[in-house]
Amino acid sequence: MFSKRKQLALAGTVADLPLESVKGRSPWRDAMNRFARNKAAVFSVVLLVLITVACIVGPWLVPHSFDDTDWGAISLPPTWAGTHWFGTDELGRDILVRTLIGGRISLLVGLLGTIASVALGIAWGAVAGFLGGKTDSVMMRIVDMMYAVPYLLIAILMMTLFGREFYLVIITIAVFSWLDTARVVRGQTLTLKSREFVEAAHAIGVPTHRIIFSHIVPNLLGIVAIYTTVTVPGVILTESVLSFLGLGVQEPMTSWGALIGDSVGKMDQQPWMLLFPSLFLCATLSCANYIGDGLRDAFDPKDR
Amino acid sequence: MWSYILRRLLWAIPTALAVITLCYLMLHLTPGGPFDSERQVSAAVLANLQAKYHLDQPLWRQYLYYLNDLLHGDLGASFRYADWSVNSLVAQALPVSATVGGLSVILSLVIGVILGIAAALRQNSIIDYVVMFLGNIGNTIPSFVMGPVLILIFAIWLKHPDGNGWLPAGGWDGHAIYMILPVALLTLINVATIGRIMRAGLIETMSSNFIRTARAKGLPLRTIVFRHALKPALIPVASVLGPVAISAITAAVVTETVFSLPGLGKLIVNGASNRDYTLVLGLVVLITVIAVVFNLLVDLAYALLDPRIRY
Repeated sequence: MFSKRKQLALAGTVADLPLESVKGRSPWRDAMNRFARNKAAVFSVVLLVLITVACIVGPWLVPHSFDDTDWGAISLPPTWAGTHWFGTDELGRDILVRTLIGGRISLLVGLLGTIASVALGIAWGAVAGFLGGKTDSVMMRIVDMMYAVPYLLIAILMMTLFGREFYLVIITIAVFSWLDTARVVRGQTLTLKSREFVEAAHAIGVPTHRIIFSHIVPNLLGIVAIYTTVTVPGVILTESVLSFLGLGVQEPMTSWGALIGDSVGKMDQQPWMLLFPSLFLCATLSCANYIGDGLRDAFDPKDR
Repeated sequence: MWSYILRRLLWAIPTALAVITLCYLMLHLTPGGPFDSERQVSAAVLANLQAKYHLDQPLWRQYLYYLNDLLHGDLGASFRYADWSVNSLVAQALPVSATVGGLSVILSLVIGVILGIAAALRQNSIIDYVVMFLGNIGNTIPSFVMGPVLILIFAIWLKHPDGNGWLPAGGWDGHAIYMILPVALLTLINVATIGRIMRAGLIETMSSNFIRTARAKGLPLRTIVFRHALKPALIPVASVLGPVAISAITAAVVTETVFSLPGLGKLIVNGASNRDYTLVLGLVVLITVIAVVFNLLVDLAYALLDPRIRY
C-alpha cells in the first residue's frame, strides 16, 4: 500500500515521461533493428534489388533483343564505343541483354522453385509433426532416404526423361529442395501442437486437416520464411548447374548457368562471355547468402 | 555394434531399392522405346530385338529381370553406344573419377584439417581470415565458375615461353599434369567446407572442461591439441566427409564437364544429352548404391572417433 503522497508522486513521474520513451518494441521491430545494423546484409539487399530491377527493366532499355544476331558485330569485345557494352558472342548476340534476360530466368526459377519447395516442405513437415506416431516416422524416414540420394543425378535423369520445359526445371528442383524445410517445420509443429489454441480447436471439433492448415501453418510461417531465405541461393545454384550442363532452359532462351556453360571452351577468344554472367551470378548468390544469414541472426535470439 | 550395422544395412537396402524402382518407373513412363528410330526395321527383327531385351514382357516382369541383372552386377546395354554395355563404359570411366576424386578428398582433408586447426588456435589472425575467406568463396563462387577461371589463369593467361599454357585446359591421357587443375578445383571447394567445420569444432572443443583440466595440469599446447582435442573436434568433419567423398569420387559432374575428363560425371551428362536411358539409369543406380555404402561407413567411423556414441 502506498501512501497518498507517494501515489501522487508516482502518477506525476509517469505523466511527466514523454510518451515516445515508453512505446513498446515488438519482437519484429527488434529484429528489423538488428538486421539494419548488419551492414553486409543491408548492402546485399540494396545490391540484390538493383540486380533484380536491372534484369526486369534492363532488357527493354538495351537497343538489342536477346536473340538478335548482329552479323556486323561478331565476337566483339566489350566497348564503350558502340551499343554492345558487354561485347557479343560468336553469333553476334549482345551479352548485356542476354545476361539480363538470363537473370530473369535464374531469378524467376529461384523465386518459383523456392515457393514450390517451401510449400511442399511446410505441408509435409506440418502433417508429419501434427499426426505423429507411425505416420510421422514413415514420413520422416522418406525424408532421410531422400537425403541419401545423390540428387543432382536424379535431377539430370528427370531432365533427360521429361524434357527441358521451364516449369519442369522448377519441378525438378523443388522435388529435392524441400527436405530441410520439412525438418524445420516438423520441429516447430511438435512444439505448437500442445499449445492451448490447438487444444481449443480440437475441443470444438475442428477437423484435423483444418487444424493443420488454418491453425498450425499460419503460426509457422514467420520462422519458416526466415529459414527459407537460405533455400533461395540453393535453388538458383541448382538451376545454374543444370543449365550449365545444357539440361536447363533451351536456346535461344538462356540463364546465367547456360551463359557460363556457353563460354567454356571459348575463353581464350572471348573471356567476357564468362566474366559478365559469372559476376551477376556470384553477386546474387553472395547477396542471398548474406541476407539469409542476416535474417537468421536477427530473428533467432538463440544464436546471439 | 554388429546389430547396429545390421540395422543400418536393413535400412540401406530399401533406400537403394526405392531409388532404383522410382528411376525405373520414371524411365518407363516416358513415351518412346529404344527401337523407335527413323530407320525402318522389319516387324520380325523388331520382335526379336524386343524379345532379346524382354520388352515384350509386362512391366513388372521387365523390372524383375532388371533387378536380377543388377544383383548379378550387370547394368544392361547402352542404348546409344552400340556394342557397349553400361558395365564396360563404367569400367572405363570409374578409374578416372576415382583417381581425381580420391586425390582431392585426401588433399582437402589434410589441408582443411591443418588450416582449421591453425585458424582455431589463432583466432582473428591472418590464417583465420584466409580460412574464413576460402569458406565464403566456396559459398558464393560455384565450381562451374571457379573451374573456367582456373583454366583462364593457368592454361590461357600464364604461358610457357613456347606459347603453350602452363597446364592443359582439359582432357585426359593418364599423365599427372592433366590431373592438377581438376584436383585443384575439387580440393579448393572441399577445403573451404572442411576447414570451416574443423575450425568451429576445435574452437568448441577447446572451451570444454576436459581441455581446461589438461591446461591446468600444465600440458604443452601441442599435446592438448593433438592428444586430447583433435579427436572430438574431428567428429563434425567426419559428418561432412561422407557427402564430400561421394560427390568428389562419384559425381564430380561439373568438374568433369569443365575439364572434359572422361569420368563418371561426364558419362552421365553425355548419357543425358544423348537420351541414353539405360546408361543414365545404370549410373544413378550405381552411384546411389555407392553413396548408401559411404554413408554407412561414415556412421561407423563416428563410433571410432567418439566413444560416447553407443549403438
